[in-house]
Amino acid sequence: MSILNPVRGTQAVYAINPVAKLVAALLLSLTLVLSIDWVSAGVALVLEAVLFFWAGLGLRTFLLRTLPVLIAAPAAALTTLLYGRPSGQVYLQFALVNVTDGSIELAVATGLRVLAIGLPAIVLFVTIDPTDLADGLAQVLHLPSRFVLGGLAGLRLVGLFLEDWRSLELARRARGVGDSGRFRRFFSQGFALLVLSIRRGSKLATAMEARGFGSSGERTYARASVMGWREGVLIALAVIVALAAVLVSVSTGHWNFIGSQS
Amino acid sequence: MSGGASVSARGWGWRHAGRRAWAVEGLDLEIAAGERVLLLGASGAGKSTLISALAGVLGAADEGEERGTLLVGGTRPQDARGRVGLLLQDPDSQVLLARVGDDVAFGCENLGVPRDEIWRRVGSALDAVGLHLPLSHPTSSLSGGQKQRLALAGVLAMQPGLLLLDEPTANLDPAGVEEVRDAVARVLAHSEATFVVIEHRVAVWRHVVNRVVVLAPGGGVLADGPPEEVLATRGAELAASGVWVPGFPPARPLRAASPHGSAPLLGAPLLRACELAVARVKGVPVASGLTLDVDPGVATVITGPNGAGKSTLALTLAGLVAPEGGALEAGDTLAAGAGSHPIRWKSRELLTRIGTVFQDPEHQFLSSTLRKELAVGPAALRIPQREIDERVDELLARLRLTALAEANPFTLSGGEKRRLSVATALATRPALLVLDEPTFGQDSRTWAELVALLAELLDSGTALVAVTHDADFVDALADREFRMPGAPVPGGAA
Repeated sequence: MSILNPVRGTQAVYAINPVAKLVAALLLSLTLVLSIDWVSAGVALVLEAVLFFWAGLGLRTFLLRTLPVLIAAPAAALTTLLYGRPSGQVYLQFALVNVTDGSIELAVATGLRVLAIGLPAIVLFVTIDPTDLADGLAQVLHLPSRFVLGGLAGLRLVGLFLEDWRSLELARRARGVGDSGRFRRFFSQGFALLVLSIRRGSKLATAMEARGFGSSGERTYARASVMGWREGVLIALAVIVALAAVLVSVSTGHWNFIGSQS
Repeated sequence: MSGGASVSARGWGWRHAGRRAWAVEGLDLEIAAGERVLLLGASGAGKSTLISALAGVLGAADEGEERGTLLVGGTRPQDARGRVGLLLQDPDSQVLLARVGDDVAFGCENLGVPRDEIWRRVGSALDAVGLHLPLSHPTSSLSGGQKQRLALAGVLAMQPGLLLLDEPTANLDPAGVEEVRDAVARVLAHSEATFVVIEHRVAVWRHVVNRVVVLAPGGGVLADGPPEEVLATRGAELAASGVWVPGFPPARPLRAASPHGSAPLLGAPLLRACELAVARVKGVPVASGLTLDVDPGVATVITGPNGAGKSTLALTLAGLVAPEGGALEAGDTLAAGAGSHPIRWKSRELLTRIGTVFQDPEHQFLSSTLRKELAVGPAALRIPQREIDERVDELLARLRLTALAEANPFTLSGGEKRRLSVATALATRPALLVLDEPTFGQDSRTWAELVALLAELLDSGTALVAVTHDADFVDALADREFRMPGAPVPGGAA
């Protein structure tokens, strides 16, 4: 479970406040979804690739964690290549398949874009510890602590739900109702899991309340969540990458706002 | 630690919203600061309700109706946040955060304790409960006993004047029980805090407390005084109501014949495991080289430390989990034409062959009433409705559940849930019954009933396989003991 097991290490990137990582990833993706052209995505990806050396992930971890994006990017590109909006010279036409100059360009742009948005987001997020994130959300962004800490404690239940699901499956087989259709079984089992999770949730709430959670007094934090120069550097890097991508793309005439006709 | 807080109840009562009967009624009780009290009573006497009320977690006015007054250190419990610490039964739902240090700090944060002071308290609380782990240690890898000690440290760090424990060891194995009890005893030796514990195994706490209070089921106090005095005068009465009182053991059944004695076994075994390897997750065996036979009318108990793979072996024998290696073969008597590999049997084919009782009864409930619950298996076998009704009525009566026939299984007490889960397996009359920790956390009355029922089944030729930590259970029923080989896997589940 990737959300439950953050990658740990000693490099500087692990000490950066998760809120800064969130901001940096948001900045990059918001900029890159504004246009579909291969230049801005390509520039961003090249600059990001350099930065990944300092991301604190080994090659193996990097490939494993980013695998979904590495699979999704060529898949998205291929789909666009075959079915994208046709324009310019036609290279291949077969039923709905239509490969043209336009669809080739669009395919490259799409593939690069998925990588340029997906890779940094994953690289930044896998090094986030949920507890640190909750501290940041409550102390830096001043989100309500009830909401943030409730969510954090709830996250811990996900692991228990996986075990519950498996036990429910075995129990159904033991009770003689494990032969019915997969679909029907899934729903009745899902309902049983819901009942169990509500019970677990209310027990957890009582345990939290018993430790003074939700009392009216001012809450303190055992761990300080602060924004310093490291966080500034990360956000500045994100701004530089985003700006460079836009500037190069606009000056070479490739920038096109999403929705506008090319 | 700060001084103890007194408790004062005057004509106090509480009725849960939507219930007709009062959970506690007309309670008059004074506990002086620093007293150590063991709270006893039959199940349903309102012990947990009282403890929750003292901890201020009983809920607002819309969750129930209150009568009389209840004060902790002179103020209402809701206004005494931080003066009262509560440790609950379930280790899993008391771990709140991912790292040991953060989890202990949680209560202090909520009370607004300054940061430096929090970490000082975290260190001394972990020391006090004997949990010598790095602050960044992941809480998910702790054993049940360690989780309870962690939760205790979290409570202690809040420096409560009143420490409340609600069956803190009911879900633990014997080693875990001792671990937690000793940690509490050590803490109390250096503390002025008032202490109240609910527990139906008296032997665990009798030397830690200096007063025993017995709540009467109808409301009020039945007995109150020093442990020796109360246990001497009320021991038999308490034992009859389900409390485990030293010197008053529950009745044990007489077995008709001893199959491991001189009488030769008839026929081939029902199940034969040879060099069996078992795994909960495919490819990750938790135990291997297991060789045992399961014979009709014979009780086999599986024992061993936590994490040795006992439960996984039981689930494998029960035909629910595929063997990881080696052989598991059903004899012709048990297979009855369904093939020799239990894991390949259909779910419906399992019903008359192997019944399984899970450790957590809630996992196996499927229906909205007890009557429907018991009919699930027989209905899957397409038994005529009239016969189903007969079987269900008989089981309800046999397990004292007739009055609850139309109740929802999830609303039952712990003992009732256990009896129901055994009954659901018996409804299809399997040739082999597999049970995982059937006596965990049960009061002595349920225990005696279960053991008597199982003895009766054995005498009628049913085979029994039970995973257990309960030495009394082994003593009363086991014909064979199978000890899991190998060392426990660190951090593994049972």
